[in-house]
Amino acid sequence: MNDENFVKLSGSGIIAELKKARVQVVAAVPDIVTSDGLLWPISRSSDFRLIRVCKEDEGVSICAALSYTGTRALVLMQQTGLLDSLNSIRAIAMEYQQPVCMMIGLQGKNPTEKIVDAENYGVRIVKPILQLMGLKTVTIENEKDISKIAASISYAYEFEQPVCFLLGSPPGADRDEYD
Amino acid sequence: MIKRDDALHVLREFVNKDDLVVAVYQTCFDWLVIYPRDLNYVSVGAMGQASSHALGLAIGSPNRQIIVLDGDGSLLMNLGSLVTIGEIQPARFLHLVFENGVYEVNGDHPISGQGRVNFVSIAKSAGYCSAYSFEKLTDFKSQIPRLLNSKGPIMGVIKIVPGTKYPADYEYIHSHEARRKFREALNRAV
Repeated sequence: MNDENFVKLSGSGIIAELKKARVQVVAAVPDIVTSDGLLWPISRSSDFRLIRVCKEDEGVSICAALSYTGTRALVLMQQTGLLDSLNSIRAIAMEYQQPVCMMIGLQGKNPTEKIVDAENYGVRIVKPILQLMGLKTVTIENEKDISKIAASISYAYEFEQPVCFLLGSPPGADRDEYD
Repeated sequence: MIKRDDALHVLREFVNKDDLVVAVYQTCFDWLVIYPRDLNYVSVGAMGQASSHALGLAIGSPNRQIIVLDGDGSLLMNLGSLVTIGEIQPARFLHLVFENGVYEVNGDHPISGQGRVNFVSIAKSAGYCSAYSFEKLTDFKSQIPRLLNSKGPIMGVIKIVPGTKYPADYEYIHSHEARRKFREALNRAV
């Protein structure tokens, strides 16, 4: 991907997809990549209940348990938190086949590069690790990708399997659309 | 000190049929024999995660009484969850910590801070409405109604010794059957 192909993601577009997927709870640890475009708007929205967890694996467990109650949820975190939570994801999401939905901000990724080609080691290894685990990943790099979010979440709940959205660039804050 | 299975036998008398019980490790294995029921949530997956699973259940089922049967070693792996629970303030949330000071199912090695760490103080400062410690079975038994009827989150720390050990049925707690039974029971009308 070169500079001409780089499209800034719409934060409001992603949030609209979460609403469309009937996500009611968001468990999050702050991440600078998703802070302005997702976490702050979600924190102000009456459509979501935001659970500010201290550590990302709490969010994995909370979302898994919520699925038993018919409540759809999302864990919003940075790739560092994802990597820190791999054992919980391995057991709870993968081995238990729970619909844990995760959205990952990739700190250190240049928006103009592909995730797997990222210069940053911590970014570059994320997708191969998830693929090795057999965890479904959905890369979000443009508006067309954003339109897949709701369906992917619904699929996860219908077929009881986790899904991980990898954000190719920081979602933009267009506050007027969701206030 | 209280024998763990004695505490669980006493607790059984106070658990209503619709209550959700989240249990871990040896306490879970003992509980599954002492009070087998479909609304036992046993698939926490990773050590330390019981309190977080319980919080998810509390958020999704706010009218249900949640009872967590946690271990001291387990809780130390997820101390931040106490702060999260303190922030959310689930009203019907009783967090029982069975404190034996060791990682019992992992070779009886001492926990870090054995004899010094004070879970009651930690819970209170994390935002739990109240927290109590019990060293006598009679005290625990007499206070259970108060623990269950007070606004949560509430913590009860039970100082225990092993007592009778029941079989460690790891296969069941990780099974699809255990999760299916819980899901079906939860979604039956209360």
